Amino acid sequence: MRVQVDDDRCEGHGRCYALAPELFEPDDIGNGHAVGDGIVPPDLHERARLAAANCPEHAITIDEEA
Amino acid sequence: MGEHPPVSDWTTDFDHTDDVYAANPFPIWDELRDTCPIAHTDRYGGAWLPTTHADVSAIAYDTQRFTSRSIIMSPFRPPLEIAPAGIAPPISSDPPFHRGARRLLLPPFAPQAIDKLEQSTRDYCDELIEAMQDRDVVDAATEYAQHIPVRVIARMLGFPEDDADRFRGFVTHVIEGVSLPMEERADGMIVLFEYLKEQIEDHVENPRDDLTSFLLQAEMDGEPLDMEHVGGTMALLLLAGIDTTWSAIGASIFHLAGNPADRERLVAEPELRPTAIEELLRAYAPVTMARLVREDMDYNGCPMKADDWVLLPFPAANRDPEFFDDADKVIIDREVNRHAAFGLGIHRCAGSHLARMELRVALDAWLDAFPTFHLADPAGVRWSGGQVRGPRTLPIAIG
Repeated sequence: MRVQVDDDRCEGHGRCYALAPELFEPDDIGNGHAVGDGIVPPDLHERARLAAANCPEHAITIDEEA
Repeated sequence: MGEHPPVSDWTTDFDHTDDVYAANPFPIWDELRDTCPIAHTDRYGGAWLPTTHADVSAIAYDTQRFTSRSIIMSPFRPPLEIAPAGIAPPISSDPPFHRGARRLLLPPFAPQAIDKLEQSTRDYCDELIEAMQDRDVVDAATEYAQHIPVRVIARMLGFPEDDADRFRGFVTHVIEGVSLPMEERADGMIVLFEYLKEQIEDHVENPRDDLTSFLLQAEMDGEPLDMEHVGGTMALLLLAGIDTTWSAIGASIFHLAGNPADRERLVAEPELRPTAIEELLRAYAPVTMARLVREDMDYNGCPMKADDWVLLPFPAANRDPEFFDDADKVIIDREVNRHAAFGLGIHRCAGSHLARMELRVALDAWLDAFPTFHLADPAGVRWSGGQVRGPRTLPIAIG
């Protein structure tokens, strides 16, 4: 699984890095970014889905196959 | 605000300052969503009220057809010449100016910066609580919630803390005083901007490590900000964070005071509090924004005219059953919660990380000190009307 934040959609609500700090991190203006290459270890799959489901801007995509 | 004639028909004659709307807007939104769903009024020179999540979000995203030249609905429209910055950039700015004005403001409000304010906020909450310890009944709105954001933002801006009463006066005037006669409203704005001018002059002479000096040193496109921009942004920072956060803290205490099962659970399970706070933000979202229609157009069958107001009731979007399961229920362990309490799109509340920190710290301190609080007088709770809704009188038995 791989997570990605769409920079054009993200407005810095910060829900992703609050809910899944292992997978997302804020930049200097509070916008969220995937940590590293965005690959999600199996024990964090549910957390990744939770972060995506809570993004008010629908900015997070999850590639389940990656 | 009882200056207006009472509303008899919410579909054709709504008024967001009406006492009925202030006390309980939820059935009004539910009915409009089912039957209308975009209400109209001739009041305020013509205004529209969408109520579905789909309409509220579509309008928030459509910065072309809906301008932010003014975001507080009153009978008066600011002149076109104040665009593109508007009176309080970036909230009153449209693209492309908006982008730079917002970009420069975000770093001091990013989570890393806000974390540093947490301990002093907690200390202040504990100080307020300490002063209540011997009492049976306190007003959680005026003795607790109200003071927290005032103190925090005064410190951030580097303003004298003794001026807290003046800040609250500015807030009441600008945000809640939308029904005042134009001259009186203008006089109040002059007093506010005179005050900000004094603070700016003091900071020009004595620069220090605070937001006012930060704005005076900030650049946009390689140029320092002009003084109107600095003053406008300071007005925004001073006003926007105060009664909004005060409302969110008060509404959360109100809910827990009236719902003992939720209160007991948050006392017993502190780790659930961040999830619960998001649900309280959804269910009691304080802030409704406004836009102005840029040009005559048809929007979803509504004949909108240039300079008509459009209210963006994010609290109504947050209660839309098409978007949320059990939208009318407060479920403090709701896991999926894509709420819009801080707005949507390019004008997402710049202070949302600060507001969330204040709300979390204020509730932690309150729950730790008063684990068994309840409403002392349910009929005595009074809610503000207009675009920021929250308890203004909130008698709580703390013993």
